[in-house]
Amino acid sequence: MIKISIQKQLHGAKAEMTLDIDVSIKKGEFVAIAGESGSGKTTLLRILAGLENANGKIDVFGKQWLNGKINKTPQERGIGFVFQDYALFANMSVEKNLLFVNKDKDLAQHLLDLTQLSELKNRYPNTLSGGQKQRVALCRAFMNRPKVLLMDEPLSALDPLMRTKLQHDILTLYKEFEMTTIMVSHDPSEIYRLAQRVIVLKQGVIAKDSTPKEVFLKTKGSQKFTLQGELLDIIKADVIHIAIVAIGQQIVEVILDSSEAQSFTIGQSVAVSTKAFSPIISAI
Amino acid sequence: MGELDFEPFLLSFKLAGITTLILFFIALPLSWWLSQTKSHFKPFIEAVVSLPIVLPPSVIGFYILFALSHNSPLGSFLEDTFGIKMVFTFTGLVIASCFYSFPFMVQPLQGGFESLNKNMIEASYIAGKSKFTTLLHVALPNIKPALLTATIITFAHTVGEFGVVLMVGGSIPGETKVASIAIYEAVEVMDYTNAHIYSVIMLAISFLVLLSVYLFNHHYTKKAGIIV
Repeated sequence: MIKISIQKQLHGAKAEMTLDIDVSIKKGEFVAIAGESGSGKTTLLRILAGLENANGKIDVFGKQWLNGKINKTPQERGIGFVFQDYALFANMSVEKNLLFVNKDKDLAQHLLDLTQLSELKNRYPNTLSGGQKQRVALCRAFMNRPKVLLMDEPLSALDPLMRTKLQHDILTLYKEFEMTTIMVSHDPSEIYRLAQRVIVLKQGVIAKDSTPKEVFLKTKGSQKFTLQGELLDIIKADVIHIAIVAIGQQIVEVILDSSEAQSFTIGQSVAVSTKAFSPIISAI
Repeated sequence: MGELDFEPFLLSFKLAGITTLILFFIALPLSWWLSQTKSHFKPFIEAVVSLPIVLPPSVIGFYILFALSHNSPLGSFLEDTFGIKMVFTFTGLVIASCFYSFPFMVQPLQGGFESLNKNMIEASYIAGKSKFTTLLHVALPNIKPALLTATIITFAHTVGEFGVVLMVGGSIPGETKVASIAIYEAVEVMDYTNAHIYSVIMLAISFLVLLSVYLFNHHYTKKAGIIV
């Protein structure tokens, strides 16, 4: 069990706020931390890693990482950490990046095989694509066989196809190494696919703590099928109006009448919903 | 025209080489600390380090002369205890040059360290590596252009110093008479031929040194793509 009870004063973009988190995480659990930017997600992760100070207590599997007296350094915590910008050692080849952490050549080879990077092991980071870099960073985080893996928006800089591939890699590694994983993300599909639990932060405190399904499945009354998107444009076509809405990576069209068309402003967040028996699902 | 004497050049390069070597080892930990620290003292230390850039060389020379002469406690201690005479000696010149060229070593290194991706340094700490190992294996290999700039500029700047050398070293042939002093003296006795030759050599060497720095950095930046 990881028990976290921390407080830290943050100087946010808008105003001062207090990060005040009190939460327990089970061993082997895959937890996602979601929330708006500036809600304290990354800071929480950095406090867990020992990269930032905080008041309070962190107790990890019976060991004190932080209390009034102790504040273990990042070196002493033995965690794995995946940064959003990869943070690979630019002066080392792919294989050396892994071996710098731990000289276990077999483990390095195994990880590179799992993520299909073996052929690239002598390449340098600046010759790799974003997805390849993040796979290297992922492998590197496993080299110390950490008990806790922390990931700070690991896939947000990648394109959708590469995200899906890396989500698969993360799941493969998570299952093999059975480590407790905490991942900051704001992609609901990613959280749904990977995490068993999602903690939503708002202004430095926990606003929701539940399963991804409960947090993200937005149903209202009899409308069982709701998607959130951004209104990109409203086009007038004869007597009707067509709203162009971006939902995730997709663009959809919805018919509006003129009074509806006037009630929306372009750029606002909208929900597109229908009864669950109307949509047709088919394989592509 | 007297016979051309190359000893001042050899002396200049010897002085610059020793100064650069000493300063590298002093400036490396300091610039690393400056790049990583959140201490309130940082601006004060940065200001002190940069002083030689703005101070007239005569001021630095005067203070060093004052501190090292046998009239001062330090100077008399060194002379009485170890028999080391600092003023008008090569040793004294090395010490003076270290003060004079210090910012030229610290600033490029600090700039190089500060431009490194902070997460890369943190990734090394998280991997369990000490600050020293991180400096040696992660930070230093990734600031090669800054490293080259720092050492070359320090070297070149020491070769080019005049005021401090004149005050602390005087002009003792084979001991403290470096190239810049030799040129000054040649002009003073109206030996313009030698002054010309010396000056052209200095000009050519300085240009080549700077050109090599810029060529390397240009090449390195292109090869490395985007350096974060």
